Formats: sequence, structure tokens, C-alpha cells
Amino acid sequence: MPDSTRPEGCALVTGSSRGIGAATALMLAADGWPVRVNYRADEAGAKGVVAQIEAAGGTATLWQGDIAVADDITRIVEPGDDGPVLVLVNNAGVRMDNLSPQLEDEQWQTVIDVNLTATFRATRAVLPKMMRARFGRVINVASVAGIRANPGQANYSASKAGVIGFTRTVAAEVARRGVTVNAVAPGLIETAFTEDVMEGEMAKAIPARRVGTPEEVAACIRFLASEQASYVTGTTLTVDGGLSA
Amino acid sequence: MATQVSTDNVEKTIYDGLVELGTERDDLSREATLESLDVDSLDLVELAQIVEDEYGVELKGDDVKDVKTVGEVIDLVVSKA
Repeated sequence: MPDSTRPEGCALVTGSSRGIGAATALMLAADGWPVRVNYRADEAGAKGVVAQIEAAGGTATLWQGDIAVADDITRIVEPGDDGPVLVLVNNAGVRMDNLSPQLEDEQWQTVIDVNLTATFRATRAVLPKMMRARFGRVINVASVAGIRANPGQANYSASKAGVIGFTRTVAAEVARRGVTVNAVAPGLIETAFTEDVMEGEMAKAIPARRVGTPEEVAACIRFLASEQASYVTGTTLTVDGGLSA
Repeated sequence: MATQVSTDNVEKTIYDGLVELGTERDDLSREATLESLDVDSLDLVELAQIVEDEYGVELKGDDVKDVKTVGEVIDLVVSKA
């Protein structure tokens, strides 16, 4: 249900053509936000998300752009007919797994660029308008790999630990302007992103004895984006079936 | 459409912006220091956004880091237009 006291603006979910991003876009639209559905390559998936939102009576627009490219971020976050971005979900991410001794510079840099630097750039771009609106929600999708060890993911783990530290500090910088900045740290979630690790050691170590769903992560993002979460900032909410407990 | 940049226009924008950020209008003058007005770095970020919205002039962190007085803020905006 839209909140009439909420300032005019939109929600941007990076990487929302599928998985956690798509589930998040659907939920934010259900909460009344016009949603910018961003995708890099999966146009069909993104169009499907927009169609689902519209079929449910929501509003969504399609935004192609590679968040690893600074100019694309600038374009995607620019205020438009749907207003300024007042909810930013930094969801798009990549994995390029390898044991540290074999990790190539390019594998390191690409993962840092997409997962961490793009999160910084998009957040930097939206904060001034959020501050002016005295309302803003930034939710960064980190990972349980940013909290606990996961051999083979030194680059990914470093990027997500960086996101968690970034989240804390930015939250403290802008808290008095009504802008909250939080992270969610998903564990093993059933998406195309993790299908190759589903049968690995990590899956066996989950206390809940099952993997999570994109909707279970999106529900947490939805809460952090809501007005009800106005006093929650700088935190990282793990959504991992107890994996990091 | 951006407002035309003139010293008078910018002065009004900066004064209005500072009042919105919590400064007493009676305390404002070109000579007043930002420190004396309790204007901190986050306030300056927001003031920069107000200026950008109004005049299309972008103020970076490095531009404002040495600014001490309200008059210097006004002059900086006018000089960058």
C-alpha cells in the first residue's frame, strides 16, 4: 500500500532481471514504488519483471546499463519522470571464483569493480537527492561470504566485506538527514548465481538444512526500504538459515 | 531551467539554504564563518546540491574544503558558473 506521506520518487534495483533483484523489484512495486528495473544483458528477464509488476497494477520502467561502467550508473540514477531515486538497492554482482594463489588480477578487479565500486558510485550519486528529500533508503546486497570464510572466493569475500564496511560508514554520515543505509547478507540462495555451489560443503553446513529463496531475501530488503525501518541504519541483516550464526 | 547566476541571486539561494539547514537568518552575513554558524561538512554537501539544482553549478568536495565564510561560498558559486 503506498504511503501518502512518503516523498515522490522511485526505487532502483540494480541487476533486477532475475533472482533476488527481480523478487525485490516486485515487492517494492507492490509497496507503491515506481521501480526502475536494471539489467545488463538479460533483456527478456527484465521485460518479464516489468510485465509482472504492471500486471499486478504497479509501475516499472526498463533500464539497460552495465553498473561496472561509471557513465551507465550516472544515467540510470538520474532523476526522471518517476522522480529522484529514493530507494536504491545495490544488488547487481558477479562471482569469479578461484583459490587465491590462482586468482588473476582481472578476476580480482572485475569483482571489486562490480560489487564494491559500483555500489559506491551509485550510492554517491543518489545521496544528495535523498538528503534533500529527508528520506532515503540504500540497501546493499552483501553476502555471508563477506562475514565468514569461503575458500575460493577471496575476491568476492573482500568485495562483500568492503560493502559491509562501506554501509556502516555511509550510514553514520547521513543518518541525521533521514537516510538509512543497510546491507543484507544472503547465504546460499537458490538462484542461477549459486546453482554450481548448491551441492557443496556450504550447503551441508546450513543449520536450516535448506537453501533460501530469493523472496526470503527480498522480504528483508523490503522491510529495510520501508518507513517502518526508519531507525535501522548501518546494520547488516544476515539471511542465511543460520549459516553465520 | 537554471536560474541566472548573479551575486544577488546566489546570495539569496545560499542564505535560504542555510536557513533551511537550521541557521538563524539574523546570524547570516557574508562575513559570518561557517564554523560560527555550525555549518558542517554534511551541510555543505547539501548546500552544494541546492546550488546544483538551482544553477546547474557542480561543487566538488575539493572546491569547498577551504571555504571559511558565507561570502566565500557565494563567490565560489559565482566563479564556477
